[in-house]
Amino acid sequence: MLKDITLGQFFPGNTLAHKLDPRTKIILVVLYIVALFCARFFVSYGLVALLLVMSVKVSGVHPKALVKGLKPILFIICFTAVLNLLYTPGEALVSFWVFTITREGILQAFFMVLRLTMLIMGTFLLTYTTSPIALTDGLETLLNPLKKLHVPVHELAMIMSIALRFIPTLIEETDKIMSAQKARGADFESGNLFQRAKALVPILVPLFISAFRRADELAVAMECRCYHGGGGRTKLHVLRYAARDYFVLTGFAAVLGGVLVLAHFGL
Amino acid sequence: MRPIIRVEDLTHTYGINTPFCRSAVDGVSMEIYEGEFLGIIGHTGSGKSTLIQHLNGLLQPTSGKIYLEDRDIWAEPKKIRDVRFQVGLVFQYPEYQLFEETVYMDVAFGPKNMGLDEKEIDRRVRASLRFVGLGEDMLEKSPFDLSGGQKRRVAIAGVIAMEPKVLILDEPSAGLDPAGRRSMLENIRAYHKERGTTVVMVSHSMDEVAENVDRIVVLADAGVVMSGTPHEVFSRAQELMDVGLNVPQVTQVAMELKRRGVDIDPAVYTVADLRRALNALKRGRAGC
Repeated sequence: MLKDITLGQFFPGNTLAHKLDPRTKIILVVLYIVALFCARFFVSYGLVALLLVMSVKVSGVHPKALVKGLKPILFIICFTAVLNLLYTPGEALVSFWVFTITREGILQAFFMVLRLTMLIMGTFLLTYTTSPIALTDGLETLLNPLKKLHVPVHELAMIMSIALRFIPTLIEETDKIMSAQKARGADFESGNLFQRAKALVPILVPLFISAFRRADELAVAMECRCYHGGGGRTKLHVLRYAARDYFVLTGFAAVLGGVLVLAHFGL
Repeated sequence: MRPIIRVEDLTHTYGINTPFCRSAVDGVSMEIYEGEFLGIIGHTGSGKSTLIQHLNGLLQPTSGKIYLEDRDIWAEPKKIRDVRFQVGLVFQYPEYQLFEETVYMDVAFGPKNMGLDEKEIDRRVRASLRFVGLGEDMLEKSPFDLSGGQKRRVAIAGVIAMEPKVLILDEPSAGLDPAGRRSMLENIRAYHKERGTTVVMVSHSMDEVAENVDRIVVLADAGVVMSGTPHEVFSRAQELMDVGLNVPQVTQVAMELKRRGVDIDPAVYTVADLRRALNALKRGRAGC
C-alpha cells in the first residue's frame, strides 16, 4: 500500500524527452509555465495544450500515469473552480440565494482548471522523464551563478539528492515497522482521530530513530571518503548541450512568443 | 500429531499489473504441528519472509488458504487481530521496532492491545523477560540505553508476552556474535521446552537449524522442495546443494570422510552425533 505512492517517480526510457539535457528540460518547463500563465483564451490555451500533447507523445509516458498524478490536487482544482465560478463579476446567467453564476465565471473556472491541470501534467512529465539525480544535477548547474551571491547551491543540491535518495528507503522502513507493530496487535484502522494519531507513536518513534541513525551513518561514510563540500569537485557525467537541446529550446521559445502575441490580441 | 497451522496452495504475487510482477510464494502447501520446533530454511529471496507473514495474517494471500486450528484465518477479516495474538511473529532485526520509554512498557504493548488487566500484564511482562534471559533490573530502563543484543531480547519478549500458541522467529540470531547467538538459541530452546507451544524458526544457517529443530521445511524458488526430520533432510545433501543451500559443517565432514572410504553415515548433523559415530568407529577398529 505505501509502496504505491508516486512521488516524482522516474520511468526510464530512451526517447528524445529522456535524452535531453536536464538543464534544457528545466528551462523548457519554465518556458511552458510562463506560456501557460500568459495564455488568455481558447486559441492561446490550445497552442500550449498542443505543446503538452506533443511532449507527452514524444516522451512515451502513458497519459494515464499523468492523470494519476492529478489525484492529490483534485481538491485544490475543485476548490478553485467553485470559487471562480461563484465570485467572478460579469453578465449574470443563473442566480440563487447569495450566489450568481456569470458567463465570465464559467469561462474563468474552466481556464483555471485547465491551467492547473496542465501545470501539474507538465511538471510531472519532467519528473517522469528525468531521474532525480539528473534533475538535481541540472538544477545545481543552472543555479551556479547564484554562488556569487553566497547562496550554498552545491549544499542545497546535495541535500535535495540525499532527501530523494532516502524516500524509498524510509517508505520501506515504515512498512516494516508497521508490520512489526501490527504483529503485536497495533490497530491503525479504527478509533477516532485522536486514537488514530496516538496509534502512530509506535511507528513514528522507531522511524525517527532509524532516520537519525541513517543520517549519522551517511555522514560518517561521506567523511570517510573525504567529502568536504562543493569546492574542487569534478563530475563523472559532465552536462553538455547537444544540437537537439538548442532545437527544442528554440521550438518552445517560439511557442511562448506565439502565445504572447495571441494573448496580446485577446485570443 | 495434529496440525495447528495448515497452509494450502498459498500463492503471493507482488506488484500485480506492474512490470515488477513476481510471485514470492508459489503454490506452497505445508503443515505446522502442535508443539513442534520447526525450522524453515531457504536462501535469500526464497520466499521465507513472505510465507511467515501470511501465517499471522499480515499479508493476504493472492490465492490459497491458511487454517489456524482448522479455521480459515481470513473467514472473518475483522477478527484478524486475534490471529496475530495467537501466532506471534518476531521480525528480522526486531530491535528497530522498540518505541516506549521503558522496557516494561514496550513489552507490555502487545498484552495491552489484547485488552488484558494490569495484573495479568504485569505477570506476562516479568515472565517473558525471564524467558529471554533479562533480569528484573532491566524493567525500568529505557530500551534505547541497552546493547543491540539486549534490545533484541526485549523485542522478542514483547511478542512472547502475548503468550501466542505459535511463536515464529525470523532469523533471531542474525548479526549477533557467536556467544550471543548461542545464548539466544538456548533461550528459545528453553522457552519451547517449558511452554510446550509451537516454535517456528526461520534461518539460512544450516548449523543453527540442525542443532535445534525437530523438523525442517526447505524453501527454494518460492516453493517447498523438501520437508522432514533433520536426518531425512540432510541425507539428501546433494539436492540441498542443488538449490543453493549448504549442509551443516559436521555433515560436510562426515560426507568427506565417507568419500574417502570411511564407513560412516554421512547424514549426521550435530557435533555430538558425529563424535559418537567417530568414537564407535574407533572402538570398532580397535576391536579387530
